[in-house]
Amino acid sequence: MADIAAQKARPQYRNIGVNQIVSYRLPPAGIVSILHRISGAVLFLLGIPFALYLLQESLTSELSFQSYRAIVGSIPGKLVLLVLIWAFVHHAVAGIRYLLLDRHVGIQKDASRSSALAVLGITVALTAVLALKLFGAF
Amino acid sequence: MTTRRIVVGAHYGLRDWLAQRVSAVVLLAYTLLLLGAVLFTRDLDYGSWAGMFSTVWMKVATLLAVLALIWHAWVGVRDIYMDYIKPTGVRLVLQVATVVALIGYAIWAVIILWRV
Repeated sequence: MADIAAQKARPQYRNIGVNQIVSYRLPPAGIVSILHRISGAVLFLLGIPFALYLLQESLTSELSFQSYRAIVGSIPGKLVLLVLIWAFVHHAVAGIRYLLLDRHVGIQKDASRSSALAVLGITVALTAVLALKLFGAF
Repeated sequence: MTTRRIVVGAHYGLRDWLAQRVSAVVLLAYTLLLLGAVLFTRDLDYGSWAGMFSTVWMKVATLLAVLALIWHAWVGVRDIYMDYIKPTGVRLVLQVATVVALIGYAIWAVIILWRV
């Protein structure tokens, strides 16, 4: 028993504090996971009401369609859309990864790390393309 | 005869886990459907856009997606509350507000589609 007491205290990691969040280095799968949660919260708080409002304006009448055009044509409107586009793309792409993991596809350590990096890469690429489209690059 | 009684847990775990995945697949399918419909529409103006949403199949698909979205959002947001909001009273208030908001959104969606 004395041996155990004499052992060097091992570092313990329990629940991390708020002020440690920035310095806590997550693996790629952890980054995908927390971004899935954050994007989900953004889609709930901002995405659903904004999408319904745009749907209403775009469908109600010719006149409201013009106001829809004005909203999505304005810079603030485009910035909100950009945030929502990122949130939706990340949430969807990460969601597909989770569905595959549920099917036991790619649950090995290496495969799951690569798929997490792929999610981040595909999300950035898709968001960039849609952002260029949104701001009229093509 | 003995009755097997399970005395622990609230037993909504598996149902919600499955609901989250089924609703996710419905939402992915609707996303692809809408994307395809938009990409295959030439001259997207009010007439063609409203025309698309005036069809019965599009209204059914959209309402199915809205229902999937409401359920999906509920499970997800509730999970966030369960992880971060510890005081029962605060959590209950947030959960009730979320349910009310989501049902309100669903009604709003029905009204929007009703008018097309």
